[in-house]
Amino acid sequence: MPDIKTADKLNKKYLRGDMWPTIFCNGCGHGVVLDYTFWAIEELGLDMDKTVFVSGIGCSSRLPGYINADGLHTTHGRAIAFATGIKAANPDLNIIVFTGDGDCSGIGGNHLIHAARRNIDMTVIMINNFTYGMTGGQLSPTAPLGSIATTAPYGNIEHPFDICELVKALGANYVARWTVSHPYRPMKSVKAGLEKKGFSLIEFFSPCPTACGNSI
Amino acid sequence: MMYKRDPELIREVLGKKVQFILGDIACVYGGLLAGCSFFGGYPITPASEVAEGMARRLPRVKGTYIQMEDEIGSIAAVIGAAWGGAKSMTATSGPGFSLMMENYGYAVMTETPCVIVNIQRTGPSTGQPTLGAQGDMMQARWGTHGDFEAIALAPSTVQECMDFTVEAFNLAEKYRNPVCVMADGEMGHLRERVVIPDEKDLKIINRVPATIDKDKFIPFTNSQTRNSKVPDFPTFGTGYHTYVTGLTHNEKGFPATDKQPDHEKLVKRITTKITDDIDKLTNVEKLYLDDAKTVFVTYGASARPAESAMEMARAKGKKVGMLRLKLVWPFPVKEIQELASKVDKIIVPEMNLGQIVHPVREYVEGQCKVVSAPKIGGEMHLPHELYKYLEGK
Repeated sequence: MPDIKTADKLNKKYLRGDMWPTIFCNGCGHGVVLDYTFWAIEELGLDMDKTVFVSGIGCSSRLPGYINADGLHTTHGRAIAFATGIKAANPDLNIIVFTGDGDCSGIGGNHLIHAARRNIDMTVIMINNFTYGMTGGQLSPTAPLGSIATTAPYGNIEHPFDICELVKALGANYVARWTVSHPYRPMKSVKAGLEKKGFSLIEFFSPCPTACGNSI
Repeated sequence: MMYKRDPELIREVLGKKVQFILGDIACVYGGLLAGCSFFGGYPITPASEVAEGMARRLPRVKGTYIQMEDEIGSIAAVIGAAWGGAKSMTATSGPGFSLMMENYGYAVMTETPCVIVNIQRTGPSTGQPTLGAQGDMMQARWGTHGDFEAIALAPSTVQECMDFTVEAFNLAEKYRNPVCVMADGEMGHLRERVVIPDEKDLKIINRVPATIDKDKFIPFTNSQTRNSKVPDFPTFGTGYHTYVTGLTHNEKGFPATDKQPDHEKLVKRITTKITDDIDKLTNVEKLYLDDAKTVFVTYGASARPAESAMEMARAKGKKVGMLRLKLVWPFPVKEIQELASKVDKIIVPEMNLGQIVHPVREYVEGQCKVVSAPKIGGEMHLPHELYKYLEGK
């Protein structure tokens, strides 16, 4: 029998039980991204003693807390800058950054572009739910033109940010975009991102039924 | 591969034992001597020479220099590097220091050892970039939001720029708190003679690494191996699987954001770990205090003209003394209280409109007269200007 990586088995191995239950709402896609990541880690056999999860502020930035590994839950937007320091101090560590659209492309955009430009060896997993979910559904830089948010009650008049195109232009070594409704390919994509030396970014479209859904 | 401090290599890179160098470069030397292996910085006058000095020397001692995209990123990378196992520092001036304030608090809350050199210039805002000031003394103490204890040193000579940077690392490592070296444009851009201490005369303190069983280790509580409120340090990559957050956290490091006792317990520990040691920390220089009736309470660059004014007065037989705060934060409460009980007047010369004069007044508690002697605009006090304060003006 081949070893089947069920979510249940992976969760037992990689989740930090003390932190259960999560803060995520019903219908949130963040847990799915965590599943993809666990699958990829298992496939690669990453040493969890040598893997550090870094995040900023927001719902997606809570993910490192649920993983049984070193985690640095930092300030809003700054995860990639913190991660740069960790990698510099100990290049043997694998660095995975969990971030959201607001954290990564709004307040943290400057750190994102420069880490991509410098080609710092890290994998950034950006979960894009097009909203500031944790604070209740305010307008995000990735929100489509015309979309409704608590801070755009008459419709968004700004053009959205395409983060994949941005980091591609900066020479990122691996860039991918998926939604959390893709069942298998995203797992392989996270694996490819982790395997790729240098800066990689994987974006996941993810629903936010509570905050974003409320406005729509 | 992790950095390992190599005293011989460091001395080879620093060069001759006696040198005539800038204060900014002396901060570089202090960092290297202390075993700093990561510098994240951003150019800013009058602190740029610290970054330049590090960029030139840090790779040669097998450390890492990175010019970050801004000062927010600089302090973030410095904190990240500390968790990766490095002794790390940055250097900046007022505008950059303002940008660092949020992550300064993050370093406090996560008990991250790191050093921030602030070569102060006049403000507010862009101010006078090339001119010295002491306008960020209160910002170092209160600049980030919430309750915390600051540790800050203020050098008055180029030699002290070096020595206090070493000391800043020692205090950061000992207390697991960010430590500020509050120099100023006058010190940063002054050239003076410095003597590099021999290895045997150099006191180096390193953080205590976590060593106990991983199952039994509790990352955010009193040390489990020593009698200390400072927990042992679980460097990332050593298998402790520590979760570090700026949120109020419990002893295990997990968010505990909805209960009052959790917050009080944490914040009281991370503040009293410093204030409990106030007597050990207090670091002052006393000049002519045995018989002095009028005393300058000074720190940093402004101690120099104050000392000259004191000597002028002594030459005329006036009973004038000086108390110089080498460590400004935590504030030397007992020293000020004792002084106030013995003297008639305290004069506080500062290159700001009056900052450290406030805690002086607070702890003098009316026992003697306290006079602020401010001077702003990037010029140091002249000795005769301060001498006038001795005549009652």
